[in-house]
Amino acid sequence: MSALVEQRAMEATAVKATGRARLKWARILRSPTAMVGLFLVGFWVVAAILAPVLPLYSPTEQDVMALADPTPSAAHWLGVDILGRDELSRLIFGARTVLVVAPLSVAVAMIVGITLGMIAGCYGGWIDAVISRLSDIILAFPVLVLYVILIANIGPSIINIVIATTIASAPGIGRITRGLVLGLKEQEYIAAARLRAESTLYIMLVELLPNCRGMLIVDACLRIGYTIITIGILGFLGLGLPPPNPDWGGMVKESTTVLNVWPLMSVLPSIAIVSLVLGFNLLADGLREAWKP
Amino acid sequence: MTMVAETISTNGERASETPLLAVQDLRIEFRGKAETIVAVPKLSFEVKPGESFGLVGESGCGKSTTAMAIMGYLGATGVVAGGSIRFEGEELVNAPAHKLRAIRGRRIAMVYQDPMSALNPVKTIGAQLAEVPMLHLGASRVEALDRAAAMLKDVRLPDAGDMLKRYPHQLSGGQQQRVVIAMALLGRPSLLLLDEPTTGLDVTVESAVIDLIGELRRRYGTSLLFISHNLGLIAESCDRVGIMYSGELVEEAPTRELFGRPRHPYTQGLIDCIPDIGQGKHSRTLAAIPGHIPLPSERPRGCLFGPRCAGFRAGLCDRPGMSLEPVGERHVVRCVRWPELEVARRELPPLSGESAAPAAAITVSDITKFYHLGYQKTLKANEAVSFEAGKAEIVALVGESGCGKSTLARIVTGLDRATSGEIRMAGENIAAIEASARPKPLLQSIQMVFQNPDSTLNPSHSAGFSIRRSLKKFGIRKGKAAIDQRMRELLEMVRLSPDFAARRPSQLSGGQKQRIAIARAFASDPSLIVADEPVSALDVSVQAAVVTLLLDIQKTRHATMLFISHDLALVRHVADKVVVMYLGKVMEKGTVEEIFGGATHPYTEALISAIRSTKPEGAERKRVTLTGDTPSPVDVPRGCRFASRCHRKLGSICDREPPPIRRMSATHEIACHIPVEALETPRHQDEARDRS
Repeated sequence: MSALVEQRAMEATAVKATGRARLKWARILRSPTAMVGLFLVGFWVVAAILAPVLPLYSPTEQDVMALADPTPSAAHWLGVDILGRDELSRLIFGARTVLVVAPLSVAVAMIVGITLGMIAGCYGGWIDAVISRLSDIILAFPVLVLYVILIANIGPSIINIVIATTIASAPGIGRITRGLVLGLKEQEYIAAARLRAESTLYIMLVELLPNCRGMLIVDACLRIGYTIITIGILGFLGLGLPPPNPDWGGMVKESTTVLNVWPLMSVLPSIAIVSLVLGFNLLADGLREAWKP
Repeated sequence: MTMVAETISTNGERASETPLLAVQDLRIEFRGKAETIVAVPKLSFEVKPGESFGLVGESGCGKSTTAMAIMGYLGATGVVAGGSIRFEGEELVNAPAHKLRAIRGRRIAMVYQDPMSALNPVKTIGAQLAEVPMLHLGASRVEALDRAAAMLKDVRLPDAGDMLKRYPHQLSGGQQQRVVIAMALLGRPSLLLLDEPTTGLDVTVESAVIDLIGELRRRYGTSLLFISHNLGLIAESCDRVGIMYSGELVEEAPTRELFGRPRHPYTQGLIDCIPDIGQGKHSRTLAAIPGHIPLPSERPRGCLFGPRCAGFRAGLCDRPGMSLEPVGERHVVRCVRWPELEVARRELPPLSGESAAPAAAITVSDITKFYHLGYQKTLKANEAVSFEAGKAEIVALVGESGCGKSTLARIVTGLDRATSGEIRMAGENIAAIEASARPKPLLQSIQMVFQNPDSTLNPSHSAGFSIRRSLKKFGIRKGKAAIDQRMRELLEMVRLSPDFAARRPSQLSGGQKQRIAIARAFASDPSLIVADEPVSALDVSVQAAVVTLLLDIQKTRHATMLFISHDLALVRHVADKVVVMYLGKVMEKGTVEEIFGGATHPYTEALISAIRSTKPEGAERKRVTLTGDTPSPVDVPRGCRFASRCHRKLGSICDREPPPIRRMSATHEIACHIPVEALETPRHQDEARDRS
């Protein structure tokens, strides 16, 4: 009798089981903030991917004739820059660089930061003390000065930007991870894992990491935004990718001399930077909102 | 039983009075962005002047929501979507803010579940208490502080003047709750709402707070709306009781009538599934209610309890529109089959089988665990703890929070290391070996069931994940198919269907998660199971099911079990031997019969007497009320650890010298200065008096 009742009660719960797993991602679609962010980011990603097949001028080709009137025209929709290169094409090809360099730097920084944070959080003791103090020292530096020192010394290139970002961001990521791990490692499922002879590496990767995922994804989105700003600033300071590569920060810098006459040349790349950074920030906000426990 | 039912008319004359609080057809909804949740569909009840009305139900039944609706604090999403709440004839639903402000805190006061969050941490107790008379009674500051001090004396807080200057964090949980009660009573309210007022407190402290509430109520003539999941507390402190299930009242009656002759199957089930201090495991089993409360969005048609009810009849119980039917004087029940079901009241068979004293499976001797907290500060979690458990025996470690029982569990399992002492298992001393250093066969033989269902399973993995992992890691089965097969068997053993393996922990109820945890613990075929408060976080109806299951498995597997609990009634049901701990030391140990029989340690006596029973005759037991709170384990008393709170303290010897161990029998030991003969006598005298 009671087994039968149990069965009925169980069936009642079985129905809803599948629905909730997908809810987490579905909730993002219902958040307006996340959707606006996703749209902005998506716009630049699609543009960057399609750049080679779109009917665009080459971003390095100079149209000397257009220099007479560099404002928007039928031939050049957004005008040309001071060297007569098509503005639209440079913006879109510029997105290609930024959308490769920023996520790549953040990915590398995440790997380094998460590893350090996990080790500090799991082992504690003097290992934690060493990692935490080193992080403090790096975090005490003004980030921008750090970038300028690093890039000025090792020269501008994609690899060097990645290295600089990693050194600047990994301590922050490590700190977040360490905090999460300190909270999670007291959970009873970690004790259960220890009681079945799991190695520390296994506990880190399989038991702890998946539970840090949400927070870290949100943090990564924010960091990609910051990194885009930083790349822009480096470009503006002349420490970006070497010319003639299209680089948003560099585009602003090149056109500052003619800012009074043709403001559009500076404004357009600035808008590009703002829209992409805003997109990543809104996406992060939306994710945080949607995944809030 | 029937005699009891006929003689209730104690409050009969009050029946005609106008109610102090009348809740009519109340409907409460929570309107989220995506969906509307109906927390309470239709609820009606009354509280009469001077009456104490108890609202009982398990978590999620809407009892706290109802209290919040009365106070008008439903938050941004909560809405009273229908019905009325009348207080002294005035409508509270949609009343203007200034009117509510005049009533709240002045005429209706509330005591919340968590005193820590009910008090403002940056203000002194005095400043917070003085606010009430200043705001509501127009008293001056000096006058208000005088009243506050007087009220603190009334709630029996020592040294009221000093207390006013303290901050909430300087008080213990029990003291904080007394302050909250004092604050509620300062406005001289005519209605006091108590929302699980003692749930976070230790049993002996709880007992004192409940006695205090009863006494204050008699003195001030305040009506109570007492909300709790604890049937024993309700039975002893309320005149009338309403049983709530999934937002509905399923039964309502005067207390003695309700507990003497419960009519609704849910009420009967609730009473059957709580362990009773008067009975051991050899006198009856705990009857469990299968399943769990439906979510508000998944309420069944007709009787809400239908899917869990053994008397469910299709076509009869699933018709919508069930109403409360009168079954006697002031006794109503929402069940169409109550006349038939009452006859079928179950007699519960006892657990059979008694085992002879077996060989020791684990011997704990002189285990001491100190945590060094910096310069000359040591937290003494355990000191010289010794006991042994025989093969297939269940030894219960009992005590209140801070007594060191969980630390001991961690040392046995290897999650922590003992400072000194020995734990022998199969001849080996394992006290100082941590889990990471233990050989696999040793880890395999000791497994643990944890306390908190919400953290026992990794939310990122499926429910079956850790069971499968354990089978693989210990090589219980080889190959994916064999492991899956064994996992299904284990799930069936804990009475879950195999498809539960694929579910996420977030899709499981608390009871189901604990079942998975039990399956995981038994996956490695351990010879010793350490169960650390395995059911304390579960609802009572689920508790019984999980305990019964755990006992069944333990018995068929012949596993030894250390059962850690603060609930003595449950321990009486579960254990063969009991070890009573206080502040890291063993106060008393013996067999269940010896502990619950004649001579006991004063602390055990207090623990036992703190248990509230739903049985009407239980009320006549002599009650021991302990004063004060458990001292901090950092600063333990020098002599007997229990001396500062003991009601049978002999004198200064208790403060100066650690107590000797009195051997009452081969298995029964008491650490107390009171001589053997004196330990034996007083209880027997009481019992003799009770009998006559």
